[in-house]
Amino acid sequence: MKTSISDLVRGVLQSDRRSIARLITLIEDQEPEAFLALKQIFPATGRAYVIGITGPPGAGKSTLVDKLAKHLRRQGCSVGIIAVDPTSPFSGGAILGDRVRMADLAIDPGVFIRSMASRGSLGGLSWATADAVKVLDAGGMDYIFVETVGVGQAEVEIARHADLTLVTLVPGLGDEIQAMKAGVLEIGDLLVVNKADREGADRLVLELETMLDLSRHENSSRPAIVKTVGTTGEGIGFLWKKIEERLISMKASGELANRRKERLRQEVLEIWQRQLWQVIDSRLAGENVDRLLERIVKRQIDPYTAVEQILASIPPRFKNLWGGELRMQIRKIDHLGIAVKSLADALSFYENILGLKSAGTEVVEDQKVKVAFLPVGDSEIELLESTTADGPIAKFIEKKGEGLHHIALRVDDLEAALAELKEKGVRLIDTEPRYGAGGARIAFLHPQAGRGVLLELTERQE
Amino acid sequence: MSQSKKIRVLVAKPGLDGHDRGAKVIARALRDAGMEVIYTGLRQTPEQIVAAALQENVDVVALSSLSGAHLHLFPRVTALLKEKGLGDVLVIGGGIIPAEDIPVLKAAGVAAIFTPGTATAAIIEFIRANVKRT
Ligand SMILES: Nc1nc2c(ncn2[C@@H]2O[C@H](COP(=O)(O)OP(=O)(O)OP(=O)(O)O)[C@@H](O)[C@H]2O)c(=O)[nH]1
Ligand SMILES: [Mg+2]
Repeated sequence: MKTSISDLVRGVLQSDRRSIARLITLIEDQEPEAFLALKQIFPATGRAYVIGITGPPGAGKSTLVDKLAKHLRRQGCSVGIIAVDPTSPFSGGAILGDRVRMADLAIDPGVFIRSMASRGSLGGLSWATADAVKVLDAGGMDYIFVETVGVGQAEVEIARHADLTLVTLVPGLGDEIQAMKAGVLEIGDLLVVNKADREGADRLVLELETMLDLSRHENSSRPAIVKTVGTTGEGIGFLWKKIEERLISMKASGELANRRKERLRQEVLEIWQRQLWQVIDSRLAGENVDRLLERIVKRQIDPYTAVEQILASIPPRFKNLWGGELRMQIRKIDHLGIAVKSLADALSFYENILGLKSAGTEVVEDQKVKVAFLPVGDSEIELLESTTADGPIAKFIEKKGEGLHHIALRVDDLEAALAELKEKGVRLIDTEPRYGAGGARIAFLHPQAGRGVLLELTERQE
Repeated sequence: MSQSKKIRVLVAKPGLDGHDRGAKVIARALRDAGMEVIYTGLRQTPEQIVAAALQENVDVVALSSLSGAHLHLFPRVTALLKEKGLGDVLVIGGGIIPAEDIPVLKAAGVAAIFTPGTATAAIIEFIRANVKRT
């Protein structure tokens, strides 16, 4: 079932759940359509509050998200949830089990839950998470929870993707808390001591308070510590109150805006790196790398020099992706060329029926054509009839029938334009200017460059 | 780039019986075959299963039932999937299912029934061969 990108985008913006689900899959599968859609939904993002929740495996993250979502639903807010679980490094598969704790949210029309495998990303998220958050945001969710992989250590990654981060801890982790200490204090805007029904909860709270006393909070305020029992929902109301307070104060102080700006900066850098990497990677796939590798294995060349050689081998057209400037300027459509079997017959329609006026006919010897130009506003229509049975226009008609043959674009300096296109690796039919009808200087690009359309560049004195 | 496509499977247990060992074995086998398995836990209603299938945009729904209610529950899942425009999701079933019920379930749109003792490799092969990717 194929849906067009614009349908998909419209669906997401209208909170259509199927569209939301399908776009997230396209993102996860890195389909090119996904990025087209993301470009279009971006203006509709930035409304939702994004709350990250991290903590060790089994700490009760999913249970807490379930209870927080229900709390918010009672207040009439819509909730998106993205729950990340690890991808198996051996098979590439994953078991995503967070929904088990959120079973009755599944049928709530104000809640959208998406399980996501980390697909090789480290740091407790998938690289697709940030974009999936955007889809839920554009889809109209008021609050979005992002549950990370249950990692042994508090992961900093989530803090870069969320407006506010909850770190969940449980009593009885023993030494683990020590290992987590640094991370907890760095990224937790709120510390949640879950499973407070268990022994040792108060001791853990005390321990955390002591740790907070010893650390400094220069840029942000000291995180509150909240005790909860995820299974019964005890403490959830209070936890939400603390979250809300924190969001309000962050908004007032400008910290929220700062964090969001920083998040976008990271995102731009990540997209940049990913695309740059793809360009380089496409070179790495080339055989010259294999040859280099052989030599590295034999210690004939060192890896540093090898990489320098690879970078040096990147052709100018790739370099242009990040370094090239656009110098040429297309002024207008000079003319549209239409291949016809008979000029006289075609003119009887274009002149007598459409009322256009031919500016006269002309034979262009070296292209074996007879042409007529019919001015239309600022541009012209060019009718082309072959003068011989083996001319390019005759061959075109033989293959495709009569029809649009080429589009000619007006440039000021044909030489310079051709040089620039060559530098960018664009395929050309004419690498040098030649003379066309009406004394114009022209050159054809390869139809592949124009995505199936033969393009002509034209330079002429008016 | 599109080698990153993964088959996503919802493994669900409709009905009231309290065992999910079989479902978990299947889930692990599918994961080991490189699929992403969304496990939703015990006692799921058909409505919950279909809502989850939609949000997770799965390619396959694998139902497991030991309670004997499969004749009611499985067709309800396939009917709801169609209603939600998810008619091309591959639905397979497993569990304790008498031979005479199998044609009934197939007529209702369950693509295959795997009874206890089926090698997981056969299930994996069936999914790979029959999944309809868009
Ligand atoms: N006793 C007790 N058990 C709880 C509490 N909160 C959650 N649990 C249980 O802890 C187990 C794990 O809960 P989850 O919510 O799945 O934990 P999680 O952090 O999401 O786990 P992963 O996603 O696997 O890392 C479940 O059996 C819950 O029922 C609590 O406050 N007290
Ligand atoms: Mg969880």
